[in-house]
This record gives sequence, C-alpha cells and structure tokens, in this order.
Amino acid sequence: MPSLGTSFGRGGATTFQQDLANSDCIVIMGSNMAECHPVGFQWVMEARQRGATVIHVDPRFTRTSAVSDVHVPIRAGSDIAFLGAIVNYILENGREFREYVEHYTNASLIVREDFKDTEDLDGIFSGWDPEEAQYEVESWQYEGVETPATAHHGESDAALGERHGSHGGQTGGLPRRLDPTLQHPRCVFQLLKKHFARYTPEVVEELCGVPRDRFLQVAEALCDNSGRDRTSAFCYAVGWTQHSVGVQYIRTAAIIQLLLGNIGRPGGGILALRGHASIQGSTDIPTLYNILPGYLPMPHGMEGPDLAGYLDINASKTGFWAHMGEYFVSLLKAWWGDAATAENDFCFDYLPRITGDHSTYQTVTDMADGKVQGFFVVGENPAVGSANSKLHRLALAQLDWLVVRDFVEIETASFWYDGPEIDTGELRTQDIKTEVFLMPAATHTEKDGTFTNTQRLLQWHHKAVEPQGDCRSDLWFYFHLGRIIREKLAGSTDPKDRPILDLTWDYPTIGDIAEPDAEAVLREINGWGPDGRTLSSYTEMKADGSTAGGCWIYCGCYADETNQTARRKPGQDQNWVAPEWGWAWPSNRRTLYNRASADPEGKPWSERKRYVWWDEEQERWTGYDVPDFEATKRPDYRPAQDATGEAAIAGDAPFIMQGDGLGWLFVPNGLKDGPLPTHYEPHESPFRNPLYSQQSNPARLQKWRKDNRYNPTDGEPGADVFPYVMTTYRVTEQHTAGGMSRFINYLSELQPEMFCEVSPQLAAERGLTHGEFATIITSRTAIEARVLVTDRVAPLTVQGRTLHQVGLPYHWGQRGLSKGDSANDLFPLALDPNVHIQEVKAATCDVRPGRRPRGAALLALVEEYRARAGVL
Amino acid sequence: MTVIDPAALSGYDVHPPRVGFFTDTTLCIGCKACEVACKEWNGVPDDGLNWLTSSYDHTGALGANTWRHVAFIEKQAPAGEGPAGEGTAGVQWLMSSDVCKHCTSAACLDVCPTGSLMRTEFGTVVVQQDICNGCGYCVPACPFGVIDRRHDDGRVWKCTLCYDRLKNDLEPACAQACPTKSIQFGPLDELRVRAHDRVAKLHDAGTVDARLYGAGDGDGVGGMGAFFLLLDDPEVYGLPPDPVVTTRDLPDMWLTAGKAAAAFAVGVVAMFVGRRR
Repeated sequence: MPSLGTSFGRGGATTFQQDLANSDCIVIMGSNMAECHPVGFQWVMEARQRGATVIHVDPRFTRTSAVSDVHVPIRAGSDIAFLGAIVNYILENGREFREYVEHYTNASLIVREDFKDTEDLDGIFSGWDPEEAQYEVESWQYEGVETPATAHHGESDAALGERHGSHGGQTGGLPRRLDPTLQHPRCVFQLLKKHFARYTPEVVEELCGVPRDRFLQVAEALCDNSGRDRTSAFCYAVGWTQHSVGVQYIRTAAIIQLLLGNIGRPGGGILALRGHASIQGSTDIPTLYNILPGYLPMPHGMEGPDLAGYLDINASKTGFWAHMGEYFVSLLKAWWGDAATAENDFCFDYLPRITGDHSTYQTVTDMADGKVQGFFVVGENPAVGSANSKLHRLALAQLDWLVVRDFVEIETASFWYDGPEIDTGELRTQDIKTEVFLMPAATHTEKDGTFTNTQRLLQWHHKAVEPQGDCRSDLWFYFHLGRIIREKLAGSTDPKDRPILDLTWDYPTIGDIAEPDAEAVLREINGWGPDGRTLSSYTEMKADGSTAGGCWIYCGCYADETNQTARRKPGQDQNWVAPEWGWAWPSNRRTLYNRASADPEGKPWSERKRYVWWDEEQERWTGYDVPDFEATKRPDYRPAQDATGEAAIAGDAPFIMQGDGLGWLFVPNGLKDGPLPTHYEPHESPFRNPLYSQQSNPARLQKWRKDNRYNPTDGEPGADVFPYVMTTYRVTEQHTAGGMSRFINYLSELQPEMFCEVSPQLAAERGLTHGEFATIITSRTAIEARVLVTDRVAPLTVQGRTLHQVGLPYHWGQRGLSKGDSANDLFPLALDPNVHIQEVKAATCDVRPGRRPRGAALLALVEEYRARAGVL
Repeated sequence: MTVIDPAALSGYDVHPPRVGFFTDTTLCIGCKACEVACKEWNGVPDDGLNWLTSSYDHTGALGANTWRHVAFIEKQAPAGEGPAGEGTAGVQWLMSSDVCKHCTSAACLDVCPTGSLMRTEFGTVVVQQDICNGCGYCVPACPFGVIDRRHDDGRVWKCTLCYDRLKNDLEPACAQACPTKSIQFGPLDELRVRAHDRVAKLHDAGTVDARLYGAGDGDGVGGMGAFFLLLDDPEVYGLPPDPVVTTRDLPDMWLTAGKAAAAFAVGVVAMFVGRRR
C-alpha cells in the first residue's frame, strides 16, 4: 500500500477496528463495510450508538448505507474530486488542526523551484516524459536536498512505487529549508492550497453528481468532529484501490486526516479493510514479485551485484529504514543459515533480480502469448476473480501445465472442458495441451497457522481436525515440494542449484501426514540471536550475520520463546486496547504513529483523547498502547543536522519510518503518478475531465490487445455505444470468486444467482424487467444477469446529463450450486501505475433486456457492438 | 419487569427463568449469519436455491427449513428521513430477522393431539420430532405462520430456541453468530427492560418511529418469548399487527356449541315426549 506507506511510513492500516468505537465521525467510502466486513462493523455500530456520525459515500445504497446516518450517492470514479474538495474546504475555512499540521507534517517544507503543479501544466506535473510515459521526479524534491538514489531508477516496468512506496518515504538527508509560518509560496502548505483550489462544492456537484449541500454536510461533519477533543476515522477497501488512479484516492484521504490531525490518535486513522482473512499477511510476507518479507525491495538487475550497493541505493539515511542492512542480513541468514557468511555477502547473490514487470497481469498476457510454460494458482480463482477473466481462461489454455490448489474444482481448474469459451467455440478441449493438476487443499480448521488481519494483527488458529483424504495445507505442499526438488538436485555441482541446496529446509514434521510444524516456521520468521533464543524486537537485529529473522516487522511475535500470536486474554481482563489478544506488527503496536496522540511537548491533546504520552517522572513514553516511538526519546530532543538513522528523528516527529519523521502531505518520492492527488477520469468514462485537458491518469498502464480491447471514452467516436457506468462489488452471502461459497448450499441459497442492480429509470429506458434477465455488453464480451430493479441505485445528474450506473457483483462462474456469468469478463486490463491493480470499479457498458446469445452468436453480438463503436 | 411464567403454568416446580430473544432491527445489517448458524447447528436442510424478487431475500419466509428469516424491505422514506437525508425523499432499507415467537399462549401446542409440541422448562415451545405424527393441526393454528411441515418427511419443524444449547448453558446459535447484537438472548424480563431503554434512547435521538412489537403480556398471544424493535408498522415486516392465539375462542366456542347441543337435545326429547301424548 504505497499510498499509506508514502504518507505515513508503513503500508498498513493506521488503526484497529475496535478503536472505531471511539470515533466521533466515521466516513466509509470505497467500502461496503457492513456487507464485506460484517464482524468488524460491530464497532461502527457501537460508535453510532455512542453518538458518532456515520457517513457512507457510495454509488449504491447498500446494507452499509442502511445503517448510516448519511448516505451520499456518488459517480463511480470521481472520489478524488469529492475528497479534494474536502481538502479545499479545510484549507479555505482554516479548519486544519494547526499545531498538528505545523509540527507533525511536511507542510512547512519548501519544494524546489522547478516544481510545476497540475495547475501550471493543465493536468500533469513537472517531469513528465511522454516518450517513456512516466515521470522523472527530481523537480518534486525538497529544496536543498539531493534526490534519493531510488528516484533515478527509471524502471520502465513501473514497479518502483510498489517496491519503495510500501515502506516509508525516503529523503536524501534532512530537509534544510522550511517556513514555520506556512506562508512561503513554495512550502507544501501553500502548494496544497494552490493545487486543490479548483476543487469546489460546485465542481463536486458537476463532476461527482453530489448536490453541494450534501457535500458540505460531509465536510462540516468531518471538521466539526476533528481537533483536540474529537477524532474522525476513514474506512476504505477496494472501492478505492481498484481504479487506474486508486493509490491517489487513498492519498487524498491521508491528506485530509493529516490536516485534521486524525492520525495516531484514538478514534482516528485510516482503516484499510482487506478482503480476505490474511491479505495483509500476503503483502507482509509477500506473494508479490517485487518485494521481500517486511517490504524490503527485491534487488533490481540494474543495482549492481553486491549487498553494499543495494543498501546504498535502497536504505534511507535517516529514520528506521537506515537499518535496512540489519533486516536484510537477518533475512538472508534465516533463509541460507550457515551458508550465508560475510565473505559471500550473506548469499545476497542467491536472490533473483528484477529485470522487468512480472506482476500478475503482465504474466497473464505473456501466458496468452505462449511465453509462460507453468503456473501455480493457490487460493485464487482468476478465471472468475480477475479483470478480463476471459483473457485469463484463454491464457490458461496456452500453458504446458497448471497446478490448482483449492477445496473444490473451481473454474480455473475446469476451464478446459466447461469454460464459456468451449460453448462459443473459441476453445476446443481436444486442442488444449495444458496438463491440469488439481490438488485438494486443507481448510483453516485442518491446519495450524496464523492469519494477519486487516489491522496487522496476527492471530494463531489451531488445527481442530486432521485434513480428510489427500487434502493438505499449503505449508505441507510447499515444504514437501521443496524437499523433493532438493532430493533430486542432491549432489549437483551446478552453481545455479546452490541457492536451493543451501536453503535451511529443516522444519520438524508432525503426525502421519508429516505436516511441517507451523510454530517452527513462525519462530524462524520471528528470528533468533547469537544464543539461539528468539529475538524480542527488530532493534536487536544485526547486520553482521549474528542474528536471523524471516520478516523483520514480525520480530517479537515469538518473543520469550512463546507464540505471542496465540494469546487470547479476554477483553474484559485487560485495558480496552487489548494488547494481550494476538500480536500486531510492529512490536505489538495497535495504533501506529501514536506519538501523535500527544502534543509536541508530549502531553495528551485532551483528556478525552488521551492515548500515549510522555511521563516526565519516569522519563519515558507510556500509555494504553505500546508507544510507536523510541521509549526514552524526550519530546524536546532535536537532532544534529548530520544525524543518521533514528537519531535524526526529532522528539516531536511521530512518523518514525519516514526519513524526516513527518506525515507527508506532499510526496516528493515514491509514487509514479504525482506528489499530489489529481482527479482523472477512469480509463473508460462517459464524461470529459472538466478540470484539465488531461483526461485520465497519464501514467496508468494500458494493455491494448485483441483480447483486451477498450471502449471509446467520452469525446471519442463510438463512446455513446457504451453510455452507462458499471461497477463491481461483493455481497455478504458469497465470498470473492466463489470457491468458498458457491459450492455450499447454506450460502448458495442466500444468493442463488448472478444478478445486476439497476434503477427503475434505467429499467424503463432499456425495457428491463425486475426478476427477468438483462445482457450487459462491453467491447470485451457480454454476460447475462437477473435484473434487480431498485431505488437503491439512483441515477445522478453529472455535467447536466443523467447518468445511470449498473451494479455487478462479481462472485459467479459456471460451476457450483449458485451459478452465473462472471462480471469480470466485462472489464479490461487498465491498471494503476503504482500497484498494477485493475480498474474494475468504474468502466462503461451497455445493457439490454433478455438473456445473452449462446454459442457463436455471443461473439457475433459483441462483434456487432464493436463495429458500431468503431473498436477494431 | 415481571413476565408471565408459562413453565410454572405447565407444571414445572423448579425451573430456570423464562428466556427469549430481543431482536433489535435498528442494529441489523442483513448479513444472514443467523440463518446460516441456525441451519449449521440444527442440521436444517437448505430451502432450495430460488432467486426471489424480494430484494436480497431469497429464503422468502419462515418455514420447516428456515427457522430464522431475514426480511429486506426497500421503501421510499419520507422527505428528511433515512440516511438519504434532509430535503430529499430517499431510500430506506429495513432488515429484520424473524423467528418463532415462543408465545405465552401457544396455539400450536394447544392443538397438538400427540403431545409432540411441548413447553420446556425455559418457557419455550419445541416439537419432539420422535412423537410428531405429521397431522399438521398446528400449521394453521399458528397466528404467525411459523410452524410448517417438511415435504419429504411430513413432520413439522420450527425453531427450538436451541433447546440443546440452553441445556448446556450456551446461547442459541443465531444470537451467538449475530455480529452487531441485533439478536440478543437472555432472561425475558431483562430483555424487556433493555428494549424499553433502547426505544427511549432512540426517541431521544430523534428516531421517533422506533417501537416494540410483542414486548408485553397484553397482546393476543399473552406475550412473546421473541419480540422485536421495529421502525415501521409490523405488517411492513410481514408480521401480523394484532396476533391472536387461534385457540383463544375455543372455550367460548365449546360453550356455545354445548348450549346449542343441549337446546337441541331438549327439543328432541320434547318432541318424543309430546308424541307419546
């Protein structure tokens, strides 16, 4: 999450769900929290019962809206305009928390003279290279500070943001020029004012379809409920991320929360709601190609061969990222043990190097082109769940082999005989050479392990029953796969086999099925010191090879040789923060940056919002939570200008992972598409961008191909063929791509079929009948869905026109008890440049009554539409 | 707050307090965890996969195979009410988890000829499945349409208020699964106090439509073991506005029928007597 990473220093939710109960105002936007996080939503309900104002901003009136105080219908894809107008409202009316902004953010820092804003360049920032279609970021830096080395990468694969933005922002040394009065024309505060000046309530009305008084109601509620005595929180989910400018949606919320002083304080924060039980864990210990555990960047082929060179480029000089070498060497020692020595650079050379974009969508298009031979699909159903799932199915048919591990035979495993392309004739079973290995997976009740949830909380789950039949855990699968590969390579003298043969692959196994001991794995992730005992904090890690640890941010989860994640002390037996339930990274801190809950002198901002404070008698920080600060660093500590590491972080700088210890309103380094959020239209939009002549995010990733065509956007010929906006979402009763729900009768009966949600006005315009079928068409394909006509999806007035939005839950595929077409078939690959996420929350379509054609007639229908729209 | 003690009336000398459900629909988020938890715990079959046309409700109604049922009511809110806000007529989406009311005066129990339906020591009403002969008398007797026959085995089924869990000091599965405390389980007298407090708070906060349904002893079923906090008239949620135990008039009916029979007998006798003359 580079948005949160660059703004605050860590790529994770700043708060925890239970703390929402302390909020005075909660804005849920880009999330349908009641439906998708019903258990966590209990604390929103509690806050509301305590008198908090709950606001839901969403294109649809959902189950979340039903229990909110305010619902604001908004055009899908226009959130930055709405949020930017809140920024402008705060600044215009002087509603910022001045003392917090002055001390804790980079508002006072002065940016280089050659920086040019979107205001100056009609929708782009300075540094834009149209040939490479990316930004050079030199001009975005603070004045008098050298540009960090990472900014010089020039990676054409656009992976930079993901690699470096997920952790704290780097600065090339401490900024030298600042203006505490916030008046200098080039200080961040003034740049912010200038940048957002045109984001007015009138623009919100015109662009988002939200009447200005409704907008002002939200802006006032937020401002009225922020300050010394009150706090407001934001909750978001993939309704913000899944856009071609999604990272900047979250950045806008980060700016609001910094201006209002809501970060690091009880009842405040930004809660990033993750969509699965351990999605946070899957970025902490990543399944991504470009980061290593603990958000350490994967070495790049251009960075030179040795660890020193890597660290020179990637480690920060100031803040805790100055210790990257300690984290990195400990990781290498955990993986390669005794084989990793100072002499061989701790096996740094064993790591693969990034040479280009190897993200999921690039891999799939490569697969479709026959460039990928084998593919593992684990806990995922891309034939239903990924954007342009049709392209995925066609690509799977180009593989030599495919391994699918799941509970049931999901669509990704069965595409070769019952996929929709078999029906249309685009694929013929006898022509598909892909050998499919379907491996039955154990459920979470059949294995030990942890989940890392939405709030960075690791919770251990114990095995309740043995897995049935051949079902096995993922840990079992990969451990034994590795074991067998190592056995096959044993005795090899080929140097390329050394990285595999030298791995520490010695976990003890348990029981008849030889299940690896999950606690032994967790213990290795935590790490140990020279005495072999587990470390209690990452501050104990060393770069000399005397410590090992598989993920530095998880260090402490096995402190005192005890599985801290298995703690289950009931809430009533401890303080309300409940620090003895499970274990949260980092260092069991539940609210991040909580130094900011005290004023610059270390006193609570108010009695009501007391959380962590400086105890002058004991000369240390104390409070309800573990202080997210050096425990004995005095509030009045000031660093020397040449200080390095954490010594460079002042006693009143709460964002300790940032190179300057400050919350970043303006991001000089770490994002691919601008230091400030800017409204861009979605890649496919029925409207022109009314703010700039730059229509869409210039840095977005496009993959135009015959199997990934784009609808014309407004202003291009044929755009009127696809006049409606469609958006995807989930419902409570089904789970993501359906593998865990559509095959279960008790869940399937609750939502038994694919459906779409449309307004009565759209139903009348297109002749759709409630309960009958509709066909939804894009230039990719067409699908059918039951029609649910509802006032909950109201038409909006945007730029003087009536806009209809079509709601499409994305759970369905052709298999299981509850079946239907896949909404993701309709969407193209158009990606955010920072994280390569697909834009499935806003695109264009047409709708017509009745079921879709069968067989080749389906292709003919789509072809007819393409011809009409001029899509070749 | 005192409540009628049907367990004592049924002959239990020493027994636990009467328990029940307080379903606060203002806290319901329509997640249907209650429906699923109920079926999982009680082994209730699914109710068929049918895409109904009633909003997000696809189980339709309470029945033999659905013992908790969440209703979804989409309605246009009057101007100024509901989350859609001031000045605009907006949408309201009411959600409410319905269940057997475990009536103080339970008609299903009254009409059961086999004694299969019984009053438990907790004051609840359960079907003993090994005794039920499937006669179905109880089905039309219920004023709420709760109890129903299962088509494949002919017997009747309904919510047991998780009698097996109660016997083991566990709360019913639906209440335990409810994430927002919309379904609250406990001694009925405590629940009624809590419910009245909640209504008062809601009224103070401006939610003037909040009202209780089935929370007193004075209604036509002598009070409900499962009662509700609603935001609209009961019929909006599919609940009868004035439920009456269908056996209420039975004594009167028997009396009237008896009088008629007696009068008839007198007439017949008189006729014969007269003829002899």
